[in-house]
Amino acid sequence: MGRSAAVLLRLWKRQPVHDSFSGRAFSSNAFAERRAKESKGCITVQIQVPFSLHNLAEGPPVESRTGKKELLAMYMDMLTIRRMEISADMLFKSQQVRGFCHLYDGQEAVAIGLKEAISKEDAVITAYRDHGIFLAKGGTPFEVFSELTGRVTGCAAGKGGSMHLYKRENNFFGGWGIVGTTSPLGAGLALALKYCKKNNVAVAIHGDGADNQGQVYEAKNMAALWDLPLILLIENNHFGMGTAEWRASKKASYFDRVSYLPGIKADGMDVFAVKEALLFCKEHCLAGKGPIVIECDTYRYHGHSMSDPGSTYRTWDEIKQIRQARDPIQFVKQIILKEGAATEEELATIDKQVKKDVEDALSKAREAPEPKEEALFTDMYKHDKKFVVYGCDRKQATSRLA
Amino acid sequence: MPFAKHLCRTLKSAFCVGHGQRALTTQAGKAKRMNLVSAINSALQIVLESDPRSYVFGEDVSFGGVFRCTTGLADMFGKHRVFNTPLCEQGIVGFGIGLAAMGNTAIAEIQFADYIYPAFDQIVNEAAKFRYRSGNQFNCGGLTIRTPYGAVGHGGHYHSQSPEAFFCHVPGIKVVIPRGPSQAKGLLLSSVRDPNPVVFFEPKWLYRQAVEDVPEDDYAIPLSRAEVVQRGTDITVVGWGAQMAILDQACSEALQAGISCELIDLQTLIPWDKETVEASVKKTGRLLISHEAPITGGFGAEIAASIVERCFLHLEAPVSRVCGLDTPFPLVFEPHYMPTKNKILEAIKASVHF
Repeated sequence: MGRSAAVLLRLWKRQPVHDSFSGRAFSSNAFAERRAKESKGCITVQIQVPFSLHNLAEGPPVESRTGKKELLAMYMDMLTIRRMEISADMLFKSQQVRGFCHLYDGQEAVAIGLKEAISKEDAVITAYRDHGIFLAKGGTPFEVFSELTGRVTGCAAGKGGSMHLYKRENNFFGGWGIVGTTSPLGAGLALALKYCKKNNVAVAIHGDGADNQGQVYEAKNMAALWDLPLILLIENNHFGMGTAEWRASKKASYFDRVSYLPGIKADGMDVFAVKEALLFCKEHCLAGKGPIVIECDTYRYHGHSMSDPGSTYRTWDEIKQIRQARDPIQFVKQIILKEGAATEEELATIDKQVKKDVEDALSKAREAPEPKEEALFTDMYKHDKKFVVYGCDRKQATSRLA
Repeated sequence: MPFAKHLCRTLKSAFCVGHGQRALTTQAGKAKRMNLVSAINSALQIVLESDPRSYVFGEDVSFGGVFRCTTGLADMFGKHRVFNTPLCEQGIVGFGIGLAAMGNTAIAEIQFADYIYPAFDQIVNEAAKFRYRSGNQFNCGGLTIRTPYGAVGHGGHYHSQSPEAFFCHVPGIKVVIPRGPSQAKGLLLSSVRDPNPVVFFEPKWLYRQAVEDVPEDDYAIPLSRAEVVQRGTDITVVGWGAQMAILDQACSEALQAGISCELIDLQTLIPWDKETVEASVKKTGRLLISHEAPITGGFGAEIAASIVERCFLHLEAPVSRVCGLDTPFPLVFEPHYMPTKNKILEAIKASVHF
């Protein structure tokens, strides 16, 4: 990705800057040139489900160029998410961790497609189903397990929990519990990036249920009005908790809801479709064309959260069928085997290694220290004066809140 | 884990039947063992049966709701009267106000009180002020907003909040919080039939935990009337909702230490029953208020200020507040944050020995 940034920068410098808020004009060849330079391998994957387009003359390419190394990396990354979610499920079911936990298994292709398409400097903000996106943005299972078990080594120092994973140095802005909140926040991130003339985008992720929140439309309008480099990524797993999308939405189609925004719908279970679509979206934004919506048609195997068995509003058959026909990890595995990127035995070794790594991360997390009591009062205000709060012993306790 | 070790809210049905409480009787006299969920379900059923222009709506209410309070209602009364809304709290409340403005009984559910804030504008600026600014031409008195609130042991930041204080600052609406199943049914029936918009907070912790005999028929517990749950002489203890169970435990232990507490359940926060609390404080000379919401700006502050204003010369000790801490509702630190029985007991003793 460093190479692509350098290419973009060279192209930018050749163009005149119109005013501080204008985008940079791009030659349409730059996209093709860069993609050709980047493809390291000779494996071509056909994207099977065609993209649906809205307000776009042309869409992402229908085939993706990849290589052995990238394929194996994608496989490992998705498998790590899958294993981590299964471990998290066991932790909750055995009551070793309590609270709320929203598992990502089934949706791995969206997270890893995102990872392949964007850079560390691109800002990402997502909702509460954030474990997979956190890993995609450079987080580790150790940090996730630490956060789930409330340890100091957690990515939010044990104070956030499952829904609130953050990684500042990788521009991962979290982990947000309130539905619909990521859109206006993402618009703000995008404006900051544009204002600072960074060659980066903001990706604001929300679900199909959230797309009926008012603030999402406020954000879409603002982003479009000001040509913000914002990618609105909708993880459409077809259920807002227990409500199917056709019961919640007059029109259960999210990429084309707004007449003034371009949109793409991609197969969210195909990591290459997600990757190509997001690369296209990023180019679109960085060309100064404003925000773009991408809807990923995906599926979650678990229920909404640990309190939801996930079978009262859909059938086990449906879940099983999707696992068999569209599982994102199996899809990549088949390509790996077909292209000879690895043998069954090598993949089995990878499987074992990933499982072990995740288990090690969990054991390590369990041994990490818990936050001290004083942490209850820290990080509320940035203040250098003392702010009086009541302590646990009900006496007035002065605490430095910072 | 901290949760299991520190949090001990064992609830016996005794908490609902305190020493001085009048047992609830109705004309029919038949009672059934119900938990809070069934009691609310029963109340909603009665409303839907007796009022053909009543509607229950909200996220996921059709299949019964995430807490099962609306189980069976869609089957009984039809999907045109018990229906799901999309995920849009502001839309839900605005829509409810409009429905009520046309003379209907609109019972809107906000899935968790933590999510009520997008609807805050509609509640504060529209529902509360409609009658006033239209010179009584219009009103949305038929609107009742039901929402689960309060700590649940593991809810964290967004499944545990107690936002009642925000709404107590708004003239034009009423805020009602029951402490148990029989109060919930009676108060909900009163709230729905009250010709003013009501925000009805249901203590989610008690949905399954609190079980008692609840009259099966239609009955009402009046709004704006505090209930003296337990008579005493040494200190007045005021609370509402799930906190009442904790206060009851603290008062029982205080009694063992020789302190006689008068325990009052406020039930309606605005407009609140000042007279009952005043009369009690004039008798005991001491007041302790306890709520889960953070202490600063919590509703306890209003009660404290009012009582000091009106009962200053009767007070033997400063008004005491044992509340949640001034932090966001924490995740792992919940046991430290909560106003627990021991904190309350210590405060009772400190007040009595002042």
